[in-house]
Amino acid sequence: MTTLAYAARDSRTMLRRNVRRMVRYPSLTLMLIGMPVVFLLLFVYVFGGTLGAGLGGPAGGRADYVAYVVPGVLAMTVSAAAQGTAISVSMDMTEGIIDRFRTMAISRASVLTGHVVGSMIQTLLGIVVVFAIAVLVGFRTTAGVGGLLGALGLVVLFTLALTWLSVALGLNAKSVETASNTPMFLVLLPFLGSGFVPTDSMPAALRWFAEYQPFTPVIETLRALLTGSAAGGSAVLAIAWCVVIALASYLWAKRLFTRERTR
Amino acid sequence: MNTTPSPSAIAAAGLRKSFGDKVVLDGVDLRVPAGTVFSLLGPNGAGKTTAVQILSTLISADAGEIHIAGHDLARDPDAVRAVIGVTGQFSAVDNLLTGEENLQLMADLHHLERGEGRRRVAGLLERFDLRDAARQSPATYSGGMRRKLDLAMTLVGDPRVIFLDEPTTGLDPRTRRTMWEIIRELVAGGVTIFLTTQYLEEADQLADRIALLDHGRIVAEGTAAELKRMVPGGHVSLRFTDPARLDAAARVFAGSARDDEALTLQVAGDGDVRSLRALLDQLDRAAIEVDELTVHTPDLDDVFLALTGRPAEEQQPQSQPQKELAR
Repeated sequence: MTTLAYAARDSRTMLRRNVRRMVRYPSLTLMLIGMPVVFLLLFVYVFGGTLGAGLGGPAGGRADYVAYVVPGVLAMTVSAAAQGTAISVSMDMTEGIIDRFRTMAISRASVLTGHVVGSMIQTLLGIVVVFAIAVLVGFRTTAGVGGLLGALGLVVLFTLALTWLSVALGLNAKSVETASNTPMFLVLLPFLGSGFVPTDSMPAALRWFAEYQPFTPVIETLRALLTGSAAGGSAVLAIAWCVVIALASYLWAKRLFTRERTR
Repeated sequence: MNTTPSPSAIAAAGLRKSFGDKVVLDGVDLRVPAGTVFSLLGPNGAGKTTAVQILSTLISADAGEIHIAGHDLARDPDAVRAVIGVTGQFSAVDNLLTGEENLQLMADLHHLERGEGRRRVAGLLERFDLRDAARQSPATYSGGMRRKLDLAMTLVGDPRVIFLDEPTTGLDPRTRRTMWEIIRELVAGGVTIFLTTQYLEEADQLADRIALLDHGRIVAEGTAAELKRMVPGGHVSLRFTDPARLDAAARVFAGSARDDEALTLQVAGDGDVRSLRALLDQLDRAAIEVDELTVHTPDLDDVFLALTGRPAEEQQPQSQPQKELAR
């Protein structure tokens, strides 16, 4: 076998290990998927009537709001899962088994790729659950197959970016507590963007931030794809953000992992 | 494959390592012949774990040359990793997998064929008496079982050089003996063992050669017997019931060390039967009654005390729990 084939085999082995760990520790997955579901139900049934009226759409009220909020909740699902990734990476690093891996003749990257692929599976599982619940509470997509595939593609790319970012955050954290706190801003960002209300309703400074931060183009593109309208410039911006975040985080994570412990 | 057969399984010269301005290893030379047990002995903080971490490719040395089984560690760490196995002080098992899955994970990472991997896993479970606990999480294991699983995981890859960093610290005496048996079996199979320990008895029992590490330097090296010969520790200790008898005995054995508080006299001698009989004859002739007699042969403790100026075991049991917490 070639080096690359060994690396792929090691990554599969590590992925199997991570999937097993998720199955054995289901409460983390349940919590991560539960959070966006709770926010979806809260925003649709508690705030939805009022917020929907403010959107100024034809039907108004709750039905309009469901259509508006689902892309935001999907983005939030990705960020909640990212928080879980940081926690599980950090938990893993505190255990002696990582040192064992480091003294074995295996592909070093496989430890991280195992985590990334495992977390992406976990996240996409969450997306499926949240999307199904969204449909149950009345979300209807007008997108064709192309639009749905496009939306799925963007979610996967966005998940890849945030997962690498959270792997780096998990590696960078000195303790599991820190690892669980630092990615919190990712869960807040959909609120400080166009996830739950249109950015035009925000005060100037906040609006400026909301319009330029990465979540807004991602959410806008998802919204456009799911409602079958043109995504326009936001799609390019969304993909650019995802690629930049993924690449920078990958390099950062790789450096953190190969870095020697100072003690 | 190994074109330059080296008689040394481990050869290190001039190892140095500092963390910040704290010097941990200060020019250490090591040479371990293949198929032998080498023990690095030293108190907590002497640099034992750092030495193992460097030799097992976990961290790099600031200076020094290292060859493991003929491979240059700095130039070809993966070749070194392919021949070594490491069982550290802290258990390196995955608590969310079962014992069997932990072993299977190692088999997969060593790229063993499916059947061969299964056979080896089953064999190790049998050999380490873990068959009944194979389907349980190591979190439910006792300390000894965890350590056994840890070592079994190290053995999946059939390493030729094994680093054992304090393999029995915190284990009860019975489990410690079981570990010793396992280590002896490994050596019988031709494996080279690099063992760190803070237990003098352990080094005495297992090691072909022992090096004493103190403040990052090797202060003595040799076989257990050679090291013991380095200190004149052999004596017979006599205890008396009153100072008058102690005085009388001190006159008979002039030059012996006396302790007026404990009412004891330490008479030099290696404690064999002939010299003991002579000693008792002398006491009889002087009609001095002895309350208690103990024969003290030098052990590694004496060596340690003599060479480092303090006892080796500033006892670990207290500091051990802290270490466990600090990970």
